[in-house]
Amino acid sequence: MIANLGLAALWFAAALAALQLLAGGMSLNKGGQALTGLVRPVAMVQGALVAVAFLVLLYLFSVTDLSVLLVAKNSHSAKPLIYKLSGAWGNHEGSMLLWVTVMGLAGAFLAMVERRLPERTMLATLAAQAFVSLGFYAFLLFASNPFTRLNPVPLDGLGLNPTLQDPGLAFHPPTLYIGYVGLSIAFSFAVGAMLTREVGPAFAKAMRPWVLGAWVFLTAGIVAGSYWAYYELGWGGWWFWDPVENASLMPWLAATALLHSVSVLASRNALRTWTIMLGVVAFSMSMLGTFLVRSGILTSVHAFAVDPTRGAFILILLAIYIGGALALFGLRAATISEGERFSVTSREGALVVNNVLLSATLGIVLMGTLYPLLAETLGAKVSVGPPYFNPMSAVFVLPMLVVLAVGPLLRWRRDDFVRVRKLLILPLAVTLGVGVMALISGMKLLPLLGMALAFGLALASLLPLKGRRLRTLRLPLIGMVLAHFGVAVALFGMAADAAFTTERLVAANPGDTVEVGPWQVKLEQVVPVAGPNWTALEATVQARYQGGKQIELHPQARSFWSPPQGTSESALSTRWNGQLYVVLGEVAEDGRWQLRLWWKPFVTLIWYGGLLIALGGLLAMLGHLSSDLRRIVAQDKIAYRRMKQGR
Amino acid sequence: MSEPAPTRASPWLLWLPLLAFAAFLALVAYGLRNPAPREVRSALIGKPVPEFNLPPALDGQPGLARADLADGKVKLVNIFASWCVPCAVEAPQLAALKAAGVNLVGVAIRDKPADLKIFLDRNGNPFSRIAADNVSAIQFQLGSSGVPESFVVDGRGVIRYQHIGEIRADQVPLILAEIERAAR
Repeated sequence: MIANLGLAALWFAAALAALQLLAGGMSLNKGGQALTGLVRPVAMVQGALVAVAFLVLLYLFSVTDLSVLLVAKNSHSAKPLIYKLSGAWGNHEGSMLLWVTVMGLAGAFLAMVERRLPERTMLATLAAQAFVSLGFYAFLLFASNPFTRLNPVPLDGLGLNPTLQDPGLAFHPPTLYIGYVGLSIAFSFAVGAMLTREVGPAFAKAMRPWVLGAWVFLTAGIVAGSYWAYYELGWGGWWFWDPVENASLMPWLAATALLHSVSVLASRNALRTWTIMLGVVAFSMSMLGTFLVRSGILTSVHAFAVDPTRGAFILILLAIYIGGALALFGLRAATISEGERFSVTSREGALVVNNVLLSATLGIVLMGTLYPLLAETLGAKVSVGPPYFNPMSAVFVLPMLVVLAVGPLLRWRRDDFVRVRKLLILPLAVTLGVGVMALISGMKLLPLLGMALAFGLALASLLPLKGRRLRTLRLPLIGMVLAHFGVAVALFGMAADAAFTTERLVAANPGDTVEVGPWQVKLEQVVPVAGPNWTALEATVQARYQGGKQIELHPQARSFWSPPQGTSESALSTRWNGQLYVVLGEVAEDGRWQLRLWWKPFVTLIWYGGLLIALGGLLAMLGHLSSDLRRIVAQDKIAYRRMKQGR
Repeated sequence: MSEPAPTRASPWLLWLPLLAFAAFLALVAYGLRNPAPREVRSALIGKPVPEFNLPPALDGQPGLARADLADGKVKLVNIFASWCVPCAVEAPQLAALKAAGVNLVGVAIRDKPADLKIFLDRNGNPFSRIAADNVSAIQFQLGSSGVPESFVVDGRGVIRYQHIGEIRADQVPLILAEIERAAR
């Protein structure tokens, strides 16, 4: 019964989205003015209804209602409540419902609070948003209904995909989704502004919190995903250039570029067409990511909910939205009036250079990700990996880091390098000093450059704070400094990991001691153990850091049996200055156990740096939101006073 | 530095993104129609074991040929390897099956005699004979995708049941039931 309520709510929400699209679209023409008042309330009710549908699904999972196919397929009555709930979105249908729910709520929120844009642009934006939602509603209702019933009712459910039964992974996909959906709002803004040709600071200011919010979630999602792959896949690497990873990296790169260009548009009224284009590209990349992951068109280590027919559906949506938006861009971009001019040596100039470099990196990643597909079409099987991605992306990322150090020091509109030269002497000296030291110690080229730039950038990123009083600092500035500093921290972690990691692959008998870096590691024993849905060989390992306290670790070689799949559960010991990483391998020739050991100095800084970047974005967003809020409150006060005086 | 000259993208340049996108769509639409195969399922259940003749895995023991499987007795053919971790985990279950009177035949995939000996010393040897398949030949013939895998073969040499992955303790009764069914 409850399930039918959810389905009904979903149908009504879809109908309202259609109404929102029609009313919003018609009110753009002269004849449709009567419908203007309808758009905002409809958006709000639509958001409420789709939220009801999602709550119903959560309820069904929490009580394990097995008369619902989705619950029976993905849940089990004996699971902890947290995994029952995460089971609601740990599958294709549920995750799509989560997607439209976040989208509906975002639209409702937008309809409720956003008042600074010209009303026509706002209506066009809400219509565009309804158009995007409508496609996903159709996808849900016709191709992946989460409320399909099951008759007869089974005795118990099948359980959740074991790799998803991990606290990190229960929240990793929804985090990325919220990021993707945030970009869909930015996309709607871009389409709305193209329709009415009103692109300016007000538009950028309205769009900015959404872009920032989406970017924060994407950053956090990527950091979490990278750490998960690091400890779960047991290869000791933190980024594999896997298609699924690239699928989350590409929207992030586009969103990063968008974030910076939207700031230029908001404060300087420049880069109008460029911002619009990036708004379209950023959402295209998130749709593309969803498509690549869901269609199974590329082979990946974490294929999830793979189904070619669903892939076809997403592809059609992709074609309609992105094709439509790009066609609109072709028609309208030439008629959007040019923004303010600026000199090449200026804050804007630096941001443009960075945006171009970010876009180029995006292009490199996109080409590398799609190339296997192209090759397959031509009849060859290839796999593109780090030997392509690492040097190719470094070509663009390294100069980008230099611009990142200099850009924030430049003034808007027009500046002179002579002025900032003095400021940059110290970071430059540090960069050169570290570089020379690294060269003497015989480091390889890429880690060397990374290490040297990390130190210089860390210093340079703090320079915008110079000469400012702490009390008067605005949150967006603090956020920027923090995010840029985070880049330096993560870069240092990457360079240190690449340069200083010591790795040992040994065959050990129980009782043997192995040295790796400053660690002594002793293999005590290996025993078979069984879990709820896996069996494993588990080693007991005693590790000491420089003869210090003994730490016991338990790496496992685990095999799941439904579906049959082997995973290695690495064991980690984290210190402030790095991580010991132990993996149990196969039996060696003479019956000894293979142990893979890594000592990875400062590797954790990669993720701490990533979190600093996300935190910086969060602070910037809060800063902008709070000043928006103050303005809204002030305007309301003025309106209230006027109303009283008028009476 | 001078102000840059006003640059206005020429109109056809604005259509370039759409063009690139169209090319992408064409590529992907083609790729979607030819999905890569993911899982191998034996299509041989209910069919006789294909002709094969494998050498012994350990010196001084008999090898394994198709004729050995069609000797009137039901057998459990276990495909394993000393380098395979789940195979070691499976060993107690195989021992239990042997204790229950099951005739087990092993096929060691891409293995070395020395490794195999250590594996059997450590985990026990439940097999009546072990064949060596160093090129995964029988694996392809049986349509199996990995190790371990087990096949129930009846007395006429017909494959009756395929078990993918290791046999777990709670699945021993299931395997026994399949063997009984094949004996009927």
